[in-house]
Amino acid sequence: MMNNMFGKMSFAALPPNAIVLSAFLFMIALAGLIIGALFYYKRWRWLWDEWLTSLDAKKIGVMYIIVGFVMLVRGAIDAALMRGQQAVAAGDSLGYLSPEHFGQIFTAHGVIMIFFVAMPLMFGLFNLVVPMQIGARDVAFPFLNSLSFWLFAAAAVLMNISLVYGEFASIGWLGYPPLSELEYSPGVGVDYYIWILQIAGLGSLFSAINFLVTILKMRAPGMTLMRMPMFEWTTLASVVLVIVIFPILTATLAMLSLDRLLGMHFFTSDFGGNAMMYVNLIWAWGHPEVYVLILPAFGAFSEIVPTFAKKRLFGYSSMVAASIVICFLSFVVWLHHFFTMGAGANVNAFFGIATMVIAIPTGVKVFNWLATMYRGRITFTTPMYWFLGFVGTFTLGGMTGVMMAVPGIDFQMHNSLFLVAHFHNMVIGGVVFGYLAALSFWFPKIFGFTLDEKWGIRAFWCWLIGFFVAFMPLYLLGFMGATRRLEHYDASTGWQPLFIVAGIGVVIIALGIVFQAVQLVVSIIKRHEYADTTGDPWDGRTLEWSIPSPAPFYNFAIIPAVHGRDAFWEMKQSDPIVQARPAQEYVDIELPCNTPVGVYIGACAFVFGFAIVWHMWWLALLGFLGVVGLLIARSFDENTEYILPAAEIARLDAAYTQKTI
Amino acid sequence: MSRTSIFLVLVAVGLVSLLAHLSGGIDIQILNPQGPIALEQKRLIITAVLLMLIVVVPVYVLAALIAWKYRATNTDAPYTPDHDHDQRIEIVWWTIPLLIILTLGTITWKTTHALDPFRPLDSTVSPVTIQVVALNWKWLFIYPEYGIATVNYVAFPEDTPVSFHITADAPMNSFWIPSLGSQIYAMAGMSTRLHLLADQPGTYHGLSANWSGEGFSGMKFIAQSLSREDFDSWVAAVRQISSVFDTGEYDLLALPSSHTPVRYFGHAQPGLYDYVVNKYMQPHDTMPVRVLHDE
Repeated sequence: MMNNMFGKMSFAALPPNAIVLSAFLFMIALAGLIIGALFYYKRWRWLWDEWLTSLDAKKIGVMYIIVGFVMLVRGAIDAALMRGQQAVAAGDSLGYLSPEHFGQIFTAHGVIMIFFVAMPLMFGLFNLVVPMQIGARDVAFPFLNSLSFWLFAAAAVLMNISLVYGEFASIGWLGYPPLSELEYSPGVGVDYYIWILQIAGLGSLFSAINFLVTILKMRAPGMTLMRMPMFEWTTLASVVLVIVIFPILTATLAMLSLDRLLGMHFFTSDFGGNAMMYVNLIWAWGHPEVYVLILPAFGAFSEIVPTFAKKRLFGYSSMVAASIVICFLSFVVWLHHFFTMGAGANVNAFFGIATMVIAIPTGVKVFNWLATMYRGRITFTTPMYWFLGFVGTFTLGGMTGVMMAVPGIDFQMHNSLFLVAHFHNMVIGGVVFGYLAALSFWFPKIFGFTLDEKWGIRAFWCWLIGFFVAFMPLYLLGFMGATRRLEHYDASTGWQPLFIVAGIGVVIIALGIVFQAVQLVVSIIKRHEYADTTGDPWDGRTLEWSIPSPAPFYNFAIIPAVHGRDAFWEMKQSDPIVQARPAQEYVDIELPCNTPVGVYIGACAFVFGFAIVWHMWWLALLGFLGVVGLLIARSFDENTEYILPAAEIARLDAAYTQKTI
Repeated sequence: MSRTSIFLVLVAVGLVSLLAHLSGGIDIQILNPQGPIALEQKRLIITAVLLMLIVVVPVYVLAALIAWKYRATNTDAPYTPDHDHDQRIEIVWWTIPLLIILTLGTITWKTTHALDPFRPLDSTVSPVTIQVVALNWKWLFIYPEYGIATVNYVAFPEDTPVSFHITADAPMNSFWIPSLGSQIYAMAGMSTRLHLLADQPGTYHGLSANWSGEGFSGMKFIAQSLSREDFDSWVAAVRQISSVFDTGEYDLLALPSSHTPVRYFGHAQPGLYDYVVNKYMQPHDTMPVRVLHDE
């Protein structure tokens, strides 16, 4: 009876070794510290009312970013563990990680960095920036927004539970069968993997639908599509991709879980299953996914460069066209991830050439940014440092990417450390640099003070130099015939010095992460000195800079009218006295009420996920019914919005204006 | 640049020189090809890099020059805040990458066919066939023409096309000898092909390039190209070994093990490779019902 009730759970599944145990203790200590502080300062109610149940896109965005950074630390520790292992495990030395544990770590590293760092930072940025930049007060579906976040949070919690209870998958971040099938992976690791991605994936899909509708339907009067800031275009392209590809991920993982739970044979080796189909499907999601992440980074740079060069974005129409072309092409290149699986030469050549074609619009974007700086007046703030670092790094990554797009070269370099260096080149040099630039750029709008420049630039140098020290040796190791995911190698290979240098690079990057934390602390301490009293610290060009900082919860007291691109810049040009707020009547605003339903649904989704991983069917059913029941209950709730009266807005706005002057 | 950044740049330069010092004399296998396939691939790498430098170098130079010249403190530089398009220049930078990709695309089309791993090599010498089975976690090589089999060691004559038939009785692996070029996946129930050739006698490292579980890093083999005479006497020597390799022996070998020592079998039962491939291809009713859960 007990056995049935608790499924596969047992005490044996508790942390098996010192590294995991210390992570476990650290997590408990951290959680204890946070809970203790909340009790001590009596902040529970504040946390619940102001944050957890909030439907304000800005607060949801901040929560996404906090979770993203916490998970970044875990993903970085995973990276350090792997590079440390590879630096020592040559010849007779076996290092400190067992092969099985090493496998779990690189799988977790990939899953965490994509799903729990890059994705939340991206959705966090969307939440912070998208509504304000199009002159809207919120996203199209505020409750769905909260729901998306809490589904994501449930998956993040499940991810961390998998570290300490049971095991994580040891199958690589895309989990190719038959290794991920029961035959070779009978443990709970793969089930954790599947259900973590299923829950997080649903959150991403809902969020993408939300931002698609927000951008298409909520723009301020006068903001035609071709007057949208570039960040909106790239966000649009990115969320369209998410909407098209995430159902593929959901279906693929659903089939894999049917194989595992019900003994079906979609991807098994026997009974007519076809693992190659899984590889196709997972990359039909996985390849566009990297464009989902990079497009918003392009968009952020397209806002940053004109702002700090004090010049209009060069080639706007070209940039729009390039984004759409990239969005479309990213669907027809997935096969380049497995030229070596045995497709014919015509198929391989087609996908190789399609991949190279993406370099054309991407190259055009780089030239347009350079042309934007040309004859500008450039101030070198932290975001501009990130931009220049991005140009240097990303261009190199693009070059190695085109190399690997040539099937003849890929046959040789496939799955080598050259590949690992290439995609980190794109993800760190492109996505990470882009998001960090964007965060320091938009930070004052959310918090009301700018970030410390000195520490920001120090962090930048660590990241940039750390990246080169960590990944240039990997390019070389690839040429030396080193494949990825080796937890041990022969001393005679001569790889060890390079692995040691790569390990030092990881330390430098880690220093960059520490400096970023220092930057935040220093900025908070000096927040009065760095206060953004005008709402426009960078002499900005788009609508978000026309409102006070930190942005009021209703964003715009009066919805602005847009007459061109760079709407706020135009307003500033047409009238020497900043004329962001024309003399208009205030009107009542409808705003969403806070609701805990998103939190509850997230909790039920977590229970469902955990229960199904451990085969506790009754509990999984309860969790599922909880989700459905809560959604039904929510749909009967009539009081989801409240009216903020015009008089109250006038009073709040006057208070802000006072502060500004 | 702040003092920190200067310090970090110095650290980086120091590390790179240390690296150059330490890695002197190490075989950079892919840039030191030992056969026509790997040689062609090395040439392809160089061609692709040179073609792309046409765009990459100007980007680096322009980025540095523009960032320096138009810094805000340089008030002598021209400033045109509303200049936001110029059709001629945009046509130029849509066209140049397009031309480069057209060139590279043409090269890609040709070389993808020429280097197709399934395509037999042109040679006057008749090829040697070697059947390869990726197991958990070792490589089995069967020589159907000679009736011998080896584990984690493969020998073939120099200057002779080798036709590898590759399958797996394990998760997906990738069969790779970097010094000779090209790799291809080894998959259960499927047979892929790879054609390689070694120019002269030599010993090369072979490995799996696709994660297949905990024994993966111990899944290595030695590939040796021998002169024709050495190869023939090697085959004769292996044939002298009385060990028989049949399905029973195969099933034992297929049990999971890693860092498996080299083994030789003088008498390989014919049809073993087909037995392995067809294991996964049998009709339903001949397969035992699999027990999935034993809770």
